[in-house]
Amino acid sequence: MADAATQGQTAGDTPLLRFEGIGKRFGPVVAVEAFTLDIGQGEFFALLGPSGCGKTTLLRMLAGFETPSEGRILLDGDDIVAVPPHRRPVNMMFQSYALFPHLSVAGNIAFGLRQEKAGKAEIAERVTEMLALVRMPDFGRRRVDQLSGGQRQRVALARALIKRPRVLLLDEPMAALDKKLRAETQFELMELQRKLGTTFVIVTHDQDEAMIVADRIAVMEHGRLAQVAAPSEIYERPNSRWVADFIGEVTLIEGMLADGAIETGLGRFRAAIPSGGKKRDTAWLALRPEKLRIDAQRPTGGELNAVAGTVFEIGYRGDMSIYKVRLADRSLMKVALANTSARGQASFGIDDLVWLSWPPEAGWVLTR
Amino acid sequence: MGRKTSAFNVVSVALGLAFLYLPIVILVIYSFNGSRLVTVWGGWSLTWYRALLSDRAMIDAAWASLRIAALSASAATVLGTCAAIALTRMGRFRGRLLFSGMVYAPLVMPEVITGLSVLLLFVALDVDRGFWTISIAHTTLTLCFVTVIVQSRLISFDRSLEEAAMDLGCPPLKTFLTITLPLIAPAIAAGWMLAFSLSLDDLVIASFTTGPGATTLPIRIYSEVRLGVKPEINAVCTIMIAIVALGTVASSLLAKRGAMRRERAALSAQM
Repeated sequence: MADAATQGQTAGDTPLLRFEGIGKRFGPVVAVEAFTLDIGQGEFFALLGPSGCGKTTLLRMLAGFETPSEGRILLDGDDIVAVPPHRRPVNMMFQSYALFPHLSVAGNIAFGLRQEKAGKAEIAERVTEMLALVRMPDFGRRRVDQLSGGQRQRVALARALIKRPRVLLLDEPMAALDKKLRAETQFELMELQRKLGTTFVIVTHDQDEAMIVADRIAVMEHGRLAQVAAPSEIYERPNSRWVADFIGEVTLIEGMLADGAIETGLGRFRAAIPSGGKKRDTAWLALRPEKLRIDAQRPTGGELNAVAGTVFEIGYRGDMSIYKVRLADRSLMKVALANTSARGQASFGIDDLVWLSWPPEAGWVLTR
Repeated sequence: MGRKTSAFNVVSVALGLAFLYLPIVILVIYSFNGSRLVTVWGGWSLTWYRALLSDRAMIDAAWASLRIAALSASAATVLGTCAAIALTRMGRFRGRLLFSGMVYAPLVMPEVITGLSVLLLFVALDVDRGFWTISIAHTTLTLCFVTVIVQSRLISFDRSLEEAAMDLGCPPLKTFLTITLPLIAPAIAAGWMLAFSLSLDDLVIASFTTGPGATTLPIRIYSEVRLGVKPEINAVCTIMIAIVALGTVASSLLAKRGAMRRERAALSAQM
């Protein structure tokens, strides 16, 4: 699995962090299997997958709360599997924040430095610095239960950053925030990461969040690595139907590979054929809703692929409308249309006959 | 909320309370009786409390009871907390079910049996019975109550707090002392208070395991009552009731305060 294709771009020569054939079993349950991955210095890296895919287990193995059943975890080239959590130069921000309720905000933030037996003056200075960093300068003496959810989140972040860890681990850091605050926090987190240059590894099940914050994403499926790449690469060029379907909306059309095209039950569509693909191999054409055009007449243009159908359902989302169009073989194709004109886009109604079209480069052919 | 209080509810509550507390109320009132005769009311007076102060034997017994209660409650708290930690934290170790069954058995064991078996043990070991044997027997009696209280707190304890401490460089033992212990302290204190109260008013086990020179207050009272109820006894009992009531109320307040704080924290976490 560790070939160049799944790894995407590797950052730097010697990776900061390397998972080498990591496996983890809980009794008969396999949580993580044959997991190999490099993470570079200064990366904002996301582990993305549905719940139960093993992403949190991986993070907990990095922090030292779980021991891998097999494989090695290298940090700066040294195997850290045998190092207990309190001696690892990584810090974690917990999903529940895990703030100590019997300590003040400043006491929580200072906790990590106190363990290093840092001097009083240094602790006070660094705590002030951290409070300023998370924009809560006057909150030091507050009790933890007097804070709002967003404030707790920032205290947890400050507490995890004060020891200047080699890697900051974030376990679903924004799961407890409401949508608006989450969007703000995502950008704050990216800004913070750029400012500090610390390597961030975030675990999330929210694909939008992963795409927004991360430099690279590892998509996980049932304890295995499905694909590692930059967000745009994963969205535009997924390596399997599962990844294509997990990230964003997609319509998949089954067919057979042909010369510069894919032969399907709906017709022959021109598309770039993957380099390893042989003629007559089963393949799927993946189409993203926003890359399709919708017209009342068959559009003209030599290269365009087109297919006819009737409008089955319209979902209005404000900024865009999602049309579900029923095709000749009774399958549904999703088309997204940006509502750019002030008059609205209600030019098509239910049961209208429409033509969907796309240029060859808008489709992506998958062989698994 | 806002449930109606019907006449039936009021009457049943009143009857229940009367059934439970009428004898105690009568005892308390008669402890302030001015008359020497127990059954005749002779006006309010503190005579018997004054008489108590000069009753050397009674004061010695009370002092012995307090020392035994403090010692056995402390021992039961340490052992009971250890048992609770083993039961909640060690996972499914071999013999866990047997262990938890054995820890909880004294809760339902008739005190006579506990007392008799502890007595047989002391006789077999040829130990001089007295202060120490009562303390040990009371530790046996009260340990399981501490375990129940501390265990219920540990079950609701967020383990990620300990993980966060270790993640920030705190070794496991120090994590227990600086994070876990302060947070479960209210439950431990509640356990201690309950154990203290239980030891203070135990008669059965104490009378099995007592020896010359170690008379606890309940034993003293019981033996005096056999020669006829003196008004002085009412006064002693009233003081004991006050102490035990204070202990029980304090212990439930401690437990409640911890629960309320956790609830508040959980509530504001959702906001």
